[in-house]
Amino acid sequence: MAHALREPGWYRAALGTLIGAAFGFGLVVILRLVSGLDAFQTEQTGYPQVIVPLITAPFGFLIGFGAFSYWFRWAAGKPTVPDDHSGHGATRWQDYFTFNTDHKVIGIQYIVTTFFFFFVGGLLAMLIRAELAQPGTQIVDPNVYNGLFSTHATVMIFLFIIPMFAGIANYVLPIMIGAPDMAFPRLNALSFWLLPIAGVIFMGSFLAPGGSFDAGWTGYAPLSTGAPLGQSFFNVGVQFAGASSIATSVNFLVTIITMRAPGMNLWRMPLLVWANLSTSLIVVGATPFIAGVQFMVLFDRIMGMNFFNFLEGGDVLSYQHIFWFYSHPAVYIMMLPGFGIISEVIATNARKPIFGYRLMALALLGIVVLSYSVWAHHMFVAGMFSWLRVPIMITTLLIAVPTGIKVFSWLGTLFYGKIHTYSTAMLFALGFIVTFTVGGISGVMLGMVPLDIHMSDTYFVVAHIHFVLFGGSVFTIFAGIYYWFPKMTGRMYDERLGRIHFWGTMIGTWGTFIPQHWIGLEGMPRRVADYASQFGEWNLVISFFSLILGLAQLVFLYNMVVSWKYGPKASGNPWRSKTIEWLVSSPPPTFNFDEIPRVVGGPYEYGTPGARHAIMGDEDAEATVPEPKPSSVPAAT
Amino acid sequence: MPKVPYLRLAIVSLAIGAVIAVLMIQIDWNGEAGSTAAGPIDALLDWMIIISSFVFAIVCVFLGYALYRWRVKPGDESDGLPIHGNTKLELTWTIIPTVIVLFAAGYSWAVLDDIEEVDSDPLIVNVYSQQFAWTFGYPTEGNKWSEGEFHVPVGQQVIFKMNAQDVLHSFWVPEWRIKKDNVPGITTDAVVTPDRVGTFQLICTELCGAGHSVMRAKVVVEPRKKFNRWVKGLEEEVPQGLYLTADQALEIQRQIQKAEGGIGGSGVDETTRDNVTQS
Repeated sequence: MAHALREPGWYRAALGTLIGAAFGFGLVVILRLVSGLDAFQTEQTGYPQVIVPLITAPFGFLIGFGAFSYWFRWAAGKPTVPDDHSGHGATRWQDYFTFNTDHKVIGIQYIVTTFFFFFVGGLLAMLIRAELAQPGTQIVDPNVYNGLFSTHATVMIFLFIIPMFAGIANYVLPIMIGAPDMAFPRLNALSFWLLPIAGVIFMGSFLAPGGSFDAGWTGYAPLSTGAPLGQSFFNVGVQFAGASSIATSVNFLVTIITMRAPGMNLWRMPLLVWANLSTSLIVVGATPFIAGVQFMVLFDRIMGMNFFNFLEGGDVLSYQHIFWFYSHPAVYIMMLPGFGIISEVIATNARKPIFGYRLMALALLGIVVLSYSVWAHHMFVAGMFSWLRVPIMITTLLIAVPTGIKVFSWLGTLFYGKIHTYSTAMLFALGFIVTFTVGGISGVMLGMVPLDIHMSDTYFVVAHIHFVLFGGSVFTIFAGIYYWFPKMTGRMYDERLGRIHFWGTMIGTWGTFIPQHWIGLEGMPRRVADYASQFGEWNLVISFFSLILGLAQLVFLYNMVVSWKYGPKASGNPWRSKTIEWLVSSPPPTFNFDEIPRVVGGPYEYGTPGARHAIMGDEDAEATVPEPKPSSVPAAT
Repeated sequence: MPKVPYLRLAIVSLAIGAVIAVLMIQIDWNGEAGSTAAGPIDALLDWMIIISSFVFAIVCVFLGYALYRWRVKPGDESDGLPIHGNTKLELTWTIIPTVIVLFAAGYSWAVLDDIEEVDSDPLIVNVYSQQFAWTFGYPTEGNKWSEGEFHVPVGQQVIFKMNAQDVLHSFWVPEWRIKKDNVPGITTDAVVTPDRVGTFQLICTELCGAGHSVMRAKVVVEPRKKFNRWVKGLEEEVPQGLYLTADQALEIQRQIQKAEGGIGGSGVDETTRDNVTQS
């Protein structure tokens, strides 16, 4: 036991958590007593004796878990422990519960953890729809209701969509570019372990006096600065989720820029790599803003600073400016990696090169640049200086252009292809194109100031965000998960269950979110626990379809769990794709490659006889005769 | 390269787009109109719906055609044609959407200037919002005030000067198509010219706490004479420290809604739309 408490692992992590909490708690109490104050401060915005341990305990956990062991030894000048890589790979399920630095293990850790939070967030959504099925108050009182939608959005955004894309890319991106691992494997592992910490903190807010944070995921001041203790849990949780996000994107940037296999110039990078490069550029620039603004709220709450206290010269609107300067680019953080996934899935399943590959890559960069210039379109009715509205409207509408380029290029890719619709991944990719188009259209409408004045903060906005985040991001996540499931697990999933999942999700999404457009325009505001009875019928319809949407996800869960254990063995390249991750076995060997592959062509050279994207190290390149394709002559009809 | 009937696809797209557009603009999307701003805003929305219908139809028709024409038969393991792009086509679908969105932006700008133009003799109404109640002051009428209900004359422009007492609130009368946040510490304003007599509802649209969904007020638009009578009948001036506790405000809100007889099963049941009083 004593030995277990000294070695990095769960026992030492538990001990570290206790020590961290006790340290934070003791620090607050002693400093308060020394200053002649009461030991505890229990005004609702205060509770430093809870908040400080909430910050120190996770560090105790991470130190105990061994997240910093290597760096500490290095910093202290001690001899570092040479890494024999024995911890790489996972042979048992327990290996996923260790501080593992293998990018494939971390990828699985990310994906499973974020799906766990997807189901938590989904359960919260079901409660929301149960309450809204009828006008009046049936299940939860308004305070609890406000907590439900706030945690629903927070969990889905910070613990599901954003880290899920980081997880998928963690697994496939290094292999795709021919790298043995990410650039900073220890930082990578740390990035992952910050996430469950954020999750525990967000969920822990339900136990706080006054209930969970309930000022919306946007946490607008001054509602948030005066809210009960749970709001501080949000402020702190966002720091951990945000730090995770920033560290990962630094890792991706360095990996993509410096670790591509020989021959992989920029124009030979798969679009998923381009997408993650673009996303990471947004994350490193924008995420510090939300971290900063949540600290400002926390300082206002606990230390009595007055950033947003209008009575003491604070500026209420500045919260929104700083918040959206992150949170609008954040919607592209939640969309660009999905664009990348769709490009991979469509090119492979249409057996064709991506139409207009270079413009596709440039469109991503165009979105990155424009994304920083559109934040104030969330504030057209917020009372900000009115001159800013028209310029922001123009940049907002212009962002539809690169987005449109992507949709049209995917259609162009399908033309003259050999379209395989058997795989569920492709079904989700095609469903995504249609569903996302609707979300894009409502986005353009919301970007137009006179329309936004009427639509802002109504259910029309709820419809729009769910069409782009569920019909957009989540559809692309499903496409990616189905597409790379054989690669990650070495087994095939059940396509029949996949199709049930797809159609249930498609019908559920449209049935749930389409009617929200018109009930919003007719006068139903968002974020209400109760609504006028004229909207009763439509809300019942919406709740009914949301139940279908929820049940369809259980089919997915069953399919994934059972197929991972019992599915038929997958070959290395079941979709006959060209990118490098498909040229290794499924699942890939522990270090991905014996020898680094050489990239000799574009990633999507379908239809060109003998064209290769990469030559694996174990092939004798000189002796390789290009294999003729079975039938490269298009079967003209 | 095998021929694709592009012309026919384009015609089918336009035809389907036209059918969708015609069906869609039959719907009164924004509900009833009650101000001069509603006309231009609803027309702008109809324009966008028409354009969007065509965009959606084009995406669906081309996607559907691709699936119909190039879906593989089982066992076909060949590849598609190695087409990498077409610069002219790519330029087209860059430039045309740019033109469309710039048109939308220009049109929106014109509508915005139109609906926010200030007349020479507007009526000023001060709005005071707090958790979870609305009060209104008439600075040009002896600074008299009214709780939970306000009247304005039909056909005259009104400028609302809004002040939040505690957290953010937002002022929305759906029939007027105007909305503006009430921000603590600053005064925001909104301009509207009601052109329809009736009783409407003011809805808070910025999350403001537990009572957010019931934070409403009654809006009465009436002929000038009736308005004058009503405003003369107001007795109290806007008090100096206009700030109630949240509990007091919620109680006032309950009293108002009880008096309206509108509470029913729902805290926000209609006092307005279902029985708009024409007078």
